[in-house]
Amino acid sequence: MSAGAAKILVKVAEVTPVNELVTRFRFVRRDGGPMPTFSGGAHTVVEMNDKDRVRRNPYSIMSDPADREGYSISIRRDDNGRGGSLFMHRRVRPGMEMVISNPVNLFALDLRARKHLLLAGGIGITPFLAQIKQLAAMNGNFELHYSVRTTSLASYADELVANYRPRVHLYHDDRGEQIELPALLDGQPLGTHVYVCGPKGMIAWVRKTAAALGWPREAVHHEEFLAPASGKPFQVMLARSNKTIQVGEHQSLLEAMEEAGVEAPYLCRGGACGQCETDVLEYEGTFLHKDHWLTPAQCASGTRIMPCVSRFEGKTLVLDR
Amino acid sequence: MTVIFKEETFHDDFTFRNSPEAVKRFPFPFPEDSYMYSVNLEPHKSYRPGSVYERTFDVDEHYVSEMRDRARVLAEDPLRCQSLPHMTLAGWDLLELIMTSKAEEYPELFELHRDGAKWHWINRPLGIEQKFTFLDETTLPYGPMEYITRQTQGDFAVLDQRDDNLWMDAGMVTTQADWSLDFDIGMNFFEWHAPVPKAHEMGIFQRALKFLLNVRQGSPARRLNWTMTVNPLLDTSPENYHKWGVMKKDLTLENMGQMMHLRVELQTFFRLPRSNALVFPIRCYLIKLDELVTVPKWARRFHRVIRDLPIELATYKGFVTNRPKIVEWLSKYDNGAPTSPGIWPD
Repeated sequence: MSAGAAKILVKVAEVTPVNELVTRFRFVRRDGGPMPTFSGGAHTVVEMNDKDRVRRNPYSIMSDPADREGYSISIRRDDNGRGGSLFMHRRVRPGMEMVISNPVNLFALDLRARKHLLLAGGIGITPFLAQIKQLAAMNGNFELHYSVRTTSLASYADELVANYRPRVHLYHDDRGEQIELPALLDGQPLGTHVYVCGPKGMIAWVRKTAAALGWPREAVHHEEFLAPASGKPFQVMLARSNKTIQVGEHQSLLEAMEEAGVEAPYLCRGGACGQCETDVLEYEGTFLHKDHWLTPAQCASGTRIMPCVSRFEGKTLVLDR
Repeated sequence: MTVIFKEETFHDDFTFRNSPEAVKRFPFPFPEDSYMYSVNLEPHKSYRPGSVYERTFDVDEHYVSEMRDRARVLAEDPLRCQSLPHMTLAGWDLLELIMTSKAEEYPELFELHRDGAKWHWINRPLGIEQKFTFLDETTLPYGPMEYITRQTQGDFAVLDQRDDNLWMDAGMVTTQADWSLDFDIGMNFFEWHAPVPKAHEMGIFQRALKFLLNVRQGSPARRLNWTMTVNPLLDTSPENYHKWGVMKKDLTLENMGQMMHLRVELQTFFRLPRSNALVFPIRCYLIKLDELVTVPKWARRFHRVIRDLPIELATYKGFVTNRPKIVEWLSKYDNGAPTSPGIWPD
């Protein structure tokens, strides 16, 4: 199968600043046709032609899943990141032609749930915006607890409160407010599922607290995309393609393979989906595994690597690709 | 393309036949002279005009009679169609996928007119016209999955995706190779595959599940599976084993060509957009051995495959007792000449 999900040729319909850090982008199809339907929690991979390289970053689709006219995403500017969010903020203008992927959902609602308890931190609100629209249309039972830094950085808080007031709870860091997590989780009716999207620490906190309170693992859902980390450059031999490539400091192994014209499968580009799993044929050195996919035993075995986020330090690395 | 729909039965007098055109497009499943499991998955893209791979949901000369057979089986046993409460949305997804595909790919047979949520569906071969409201169950005579799968050939397993696994939480199953939806409902991928020999040890299911969890919207996949069936029975269910199991005893060298059928399943996989569920249509194609041997390449290859099949597989597929007879009959059509690669007739 070809790499990645099927592509959609789009143009940028709107670029809307939301606050000093977050900007919203709306994509419509270049041919004017309808977008594919999607399920709340899905993401799309946005391709960015940034000078001599192609960046591909996943972003949650935040618009109404029933809205076939276009997709909206919101991106928080990361001044210390690898450059994708800066490209989107600085270079993308209305009318620009871009390519995005068909939607892929790695953070789906469990439709068996009697109640959906949604916990968002900061820009982690985006998948919930689509899920809430889907749930509201189905008369679904949900409750949102949304933690923000300040009122001015509380993206979409006003519209959430206006539309769904009794079910939306806001917490402001600068006012010392915090989700009362143990009490919140302890008081939920049977059949509740909890979903968390936000900073790494918040996800770990929710999972740990839920586990300690005896929540079944299957009822606790989290979305954590890793941005590929920067690191020391390294060299890789790709046996099947018979190519030796160099992975740059601010480049992922997957990106380096793509740049060399090697077709490598991918989906989430964030170490979560398992699609890019690659067999290691030979190595001398140390793997820097950063994904959520491989088990500790698989990591230790030195037989596999997830090139979207993981790196390598050492003398030789030969991959079956 | 004009399809002429045949009047035929899949029970009692078994008048099912393939026309010569249907034989030519039969999905013969063996690309080489031997068979072992593999995760033989490929993209479900339109391929080879006229073949069963051309359309998203193939409609052939058996359509009307197969739908009549489905209605008959459901009347006797309504539990062949089940949908757990959380799967209704997936049912609507499936209805939309089938209606839009058929209306686009067979405009002379099917029409779909949409005005927002107000839909108007016309199915000419079955003489059905229905106006309904999309996502409103009260406007259809059945639930959305049952409604559309009573009008679509093949079985349908609708799988919920959660906890990195797939769950058999809905389905329409009346043309099955000896498995039961009523037994499997609610099971996960490993549970419902537990009876399959050898494949677990080979790690087939781990790899297949990883692939299926990643089937993406807009990128469906397909594979073939096969078994053998005595008499053209679409419904070879465990529930009715007492009726069809005994028929295997009637097989002789004289009636082999008419009674024994190769049964091929075209299995496809689609990600459903609103529910994020996976639908697994299992389309059954039957061919009599007399029909199969009209293609010399298939006759030679099929003889070799059946002769050399590992005993566990012949047992699992339910023809180990009859195998010597089948091989003897087929051997008349195998002159030892080499066969060309691939599944298509020379």
